[in-house]
Amino acid sequence: MRLFRRAKPRPDPRPRREGEAPEGRPMTRRALVLLGVQLGVGAALALRLRQLQIVEAERYRLLAEENRINLRLIPPERGEIFDRAGKPLAVNRQNYRVVVVREQAGDIDEMLDRLGLIIDLPERQRSRVSREMRQKAAFVPVLAAEHLEWGEFAALNANLPALPGVQPEVGLSRHYPDGKLTAHSIGYVGRVSERELEDQETPDPVLQVPDFQIGKTGIERALEGELRGKAGALRIEVNAMGRVIREIDRDGGTPGRDFHLTLDLGLQAALSERLEGESAGVVVMDVTNGDLLAAVSNPSYDPNLFVRGISTKDWNRLLNDKYRPLANKWASGMYPPGSTFKMMVALAAREAGVASPSETVYCPGHMELGNRRFHCWRRGGHGRMHMRQALEQSCDVYYYEMAKRLGIDRFAPMARRFGLGSGFELPIPALKGGLIPDREWRKRTYDESWQTGDSLNAAIGQGFVLATPLQLAVMTARLASGRAVVPRLIRAEGGIPLTAPEPEPLGLDPEALALVRGGMFDVVNGSRGTARRSRIADEAALMAGKTGTSQVRNISPAERAAGITRNEDLPWERRDHALFVCYAPYEEPKYAVSVVVEHGGGGSTAAAPIARDVMLRALYGEEIPLRAYPDGQRPERPPPTPAPRPEPAAGGSGIRT
Amino acid sequence: MTAAARERIGLWRKLLRLNWPLMLLIAAIACFGFLMLYSVAGGSMQPWAARQMTRFGAGLVLMLIVGMIDIRVFRALSPLVYLGALGLLVAVEFIGQTAQGAQRWIDLGPLQLQPSELMKIALVMALAHYYAWLDRERVSHPLWMLPPVAIIAVPVLLVLQQPDLGTAGMLALGGAMVMFLAGVSWWYFATALAGLVATVYSVLVSRGTDWQILKDYQYRRIDTFLDPANDPLGAGYHITQSKIAMGSGGLEGRGFMQGTQSRLNFLPEKHTDFIFTTLAEEFGFLGSVSLLALYVLVVAFGFASMLQNRDRYGALLTGGLTATFFLFFAINMAMVTGLIPVVGVPLPLVSYGGSAMLVLLLAFGLIQSAHVHRR
Repeated sequence: MRLFRRAKPRPDPRPRREGEAPEGRPMTRRALVLLGVQLGVGAALALRLRQLQIVEAERYRLLAEENRINLRLIPPERGEIFDRAGKPLAVNRQNYRVVVVREQAGDIDEMLDRLGLIIDLPERQRSRVSREMRQKAAFVPVLAAEHLEWGEFAALNANLPALPGVQPEVGLSRHYPDGKLTAHSIGYVGRVSERELEDQETPDPVLQVPDFQIGKTGIERALEGELRGKAGALRIEVNAMGRVIREIDRDGGTPGRDFHLTLDLGLQAALSERLEGESAGVVVMDVTNGDLLAAVSNPSYDPNLFVRGISTKDWNRLLNDKYRPLANKWASGMYPPGSTFKMMVALAAREAGVASPSETVYCPGHMELGNRRFHCWRRGGHGRMHMRQALEQSCDVYYYEMAKRLGIDRFAPMARRFGLGSGFELPIPALKGGLIPDREWRKRTYDESWQTGDSLNAAIGQGFVLATPLQLAVMTARLASGRAVVPRLIRAEGGIPLTAPEPEPLGLDPEALALVRGGMFDVVNGSRGTARRSRIADEAALMAGKTGTSQVRNISPAERAAGITRNEDLPWERRDHALFVCYAPYEEPKYAVSVVVEHGGGGSTAAAPIARDVMLRALYGEEIPLRAYPDGQRPERPPPTPAPRPEPAAGGSGIRT
Repeated sequence: MTAAARERIGLWRKLLRLNWPLMLLIAAIACFGFLMLYSVAGGSMQPWAARQMTRFGAGLVLMLIVGMIDIRVFRALSPLVYLGALGLLVAVEFIGQTAQGAQRWIDLGPLQLQPSELMKIALVMALAHYYAWLDRERVSHPLWMLPPVAIIAVPVLLVLQQPDLGTAGMLALGGAMVMFLAGVSWWYFATALAGLVATVYSVLVSRGTDWQILKDYQYRRIDTFLDPANDPLGAGYHITQSKIAMGSGGLEGRGFMQGTQSRLNFLPEKHTDFIFTTLAEEFGFLGSVSLLALYVLVVAFGFASMLQNRDRYGALLTGGLTATFFLFFAINMAMVTGLIPVVGVPLPLVSYGGSAMLVLLLAFGLIQSAHVHRR
């Protein structure tokens, strides 16, 4: 305050101030104040520097490193997939592409003009490239075109001196050489979608790499973790503009693992060709170890369309096709198994001891149950049938009787022992488990009690019973081997063969099994067998099987009174499904085959011939000897259309009234 | 010592009377500058370090020549120098070259003259001249307050016109400090300070109202200063990157020419206004505080010289120029450390720039002259 008062101007002359020598230093006090203030500011600056450089140094050091270092991921090379003989099914093909860099290009339009002379550069693509080049930093490469033909790419490389700013590049992209043949098993890859990123808790950072592709369906999706491998990383130093200054270090990453499947591409191709025009699912299985030699869903689609991004037109065409090419019928198509289910009932009846092999049941063509009438497929009835005959001729009434004696809870477990009603451990995401109903299930699902009529329907593979072609093949393989064969699709991983454990015996009564096998033998080879025309004549390769025809509609009493409408008079989607399961050779089984032809009509006419042809191809390879055919000559192929079938269904046809 | 006695002092004696500690401090600070200019050029004398050294050499000679000339010559010339600088400031309005949207310099062939730089000296000279002439009893008289206020206000307004807020602020503050040293009453400063606070307050309060004082973009600049992280890639980018660079230097720094922030161009204006950032990054807290200490020592020696001088003109000139020098480095350092908004003030003797270097050494020449010819 003293200072303050002193400096105050005074109007009148006053004695000279104290502390001020006459000739002295008038400004000492003011100078010291100012110096003090300035030293204070200096101290404040020093404190600020201490705050930044000592107290918060670590935080800022981190921020500086983040500024400086950029992690660039090197996408791993995806594992490839081969068939059992090593033929490629899914490979990484070189993707020839062109990128352009503005800072080297000079005039963008002129450069694009020249580029357009060498490669095909549609106007839309060209304007996109031009726009991107102008938007992005000068040194950022912009993708101009990809999936170039080798010719174009070679021409481009030859003309590089005249194309400043144009850089040819070779990337990798997925390719399915015979895509259509295995599309439903292999699946396909595609770009990572937003949802796929969100679904994962800690997504692999490589998923964020532009254009990175992951498995979307089939094995590509189920084995994504093994196929993808581990991304490498390139640590680079960048400047403020993002330009790369130098590479700091590099971690190569790990390529994905290769897989060898059990599928045989040749068999797969023959089968696809045989199924031309049908909507069908077929499985060929090795009964000794469960190897799936062929698994075909027809019609198919080209998975390569999806790799490059499918066009709306192609997509709609696939989606609107009534044969549903995108559906995997062999693994996820669930059909009532029809009469192919009767073996289960026969085995259960023998095991429970409710019927002896020689005991006969009289078939008048129907069975009365309360006020309901359950029909046999043969209107006039089969007369007296014992168990083996009832299989050969597929008598429904016999199995109605067995179902009545057993009840669902005694034959459903038998079906489950044969792999029905539940899924398998296969790298097919779409795999379905079918359905084997029982009392408990009906209560749980519909809150209704089980009726005897339900058991009757189930006994002929109708009603609630559902199975996939894969399950039917497994069932057949288990019948043929007596062991709990498990289907297998992967033969070797990373070049190392996977050993399948020896299947456990099912623990069935050998006599009962022999009886059922005999019935299946008669179906194909017996004089009254429903699949006589599809037998194999070669004594060394005799086939056993079972037809099935499953209804997809209810038949009203009125319809029945007027005579059952013939399949060929119905619209396609209301016709019966045709089924056939078989194995061969009868004495020493090697292969099991199941065929489901959607709305094919009768199992004996639509499914059995296909199964026989496939079995022959599996047994003999490409050169099938004439002796294998019943009449000593190859039959003419039926026309490759789902055109009206010549005869009505011969297989079992369960009827619910 | 009489005037007659002073005239007889020979050139040799004059050289001995020079403020040598100040000379050494100046040279040491300049050496920091050469080192940093070499570093930010990626370890090269070109394009900055070599030219900066040449200019420093030339400036040093100029300083010695000025130091040898009797202070009374400059006292006599003061009004003329001020008017000349004012004339150049007006001239730059018409024939000036534009840099970053502001008219700043006049092209004189080999020299690009920034009249606003020259004015920093001329203003101090004019005020010192005025107060040396004015009867000390009248210093705080309101009437006698008018001329110095006008002497300050005219160039400040002209520089604001360019527009160069940093230089205008420095001129105003430098002038005020000369007035303070001259003994102008505390009341004026207290009133001016209160007025400033009131203005800032009303500017902030008026935001969004009908009588909003500044433009919207100017408010956004204030926001950016207050929280640079708010706009990290826009205007706040420079200050954020500057702080990262300084902080990452830590105690001992990242080593000479090892600063990633400056080498990889994350720093703006790294050879001019933000050169201190590179220094702090590469030499750490030890380096940055050393330079700060050198600057503070210059200020201390300046004031010491002032206190030894009984000649009112010489003392006021020394004090005013020292205060101006202080403003240079204090504003620059406060700016790069994020304490005040970014204004274009270089780091004295270190930042690359011919005009500033020459003007600074001219100022030190005047300080030397006052010291040599002190009473």
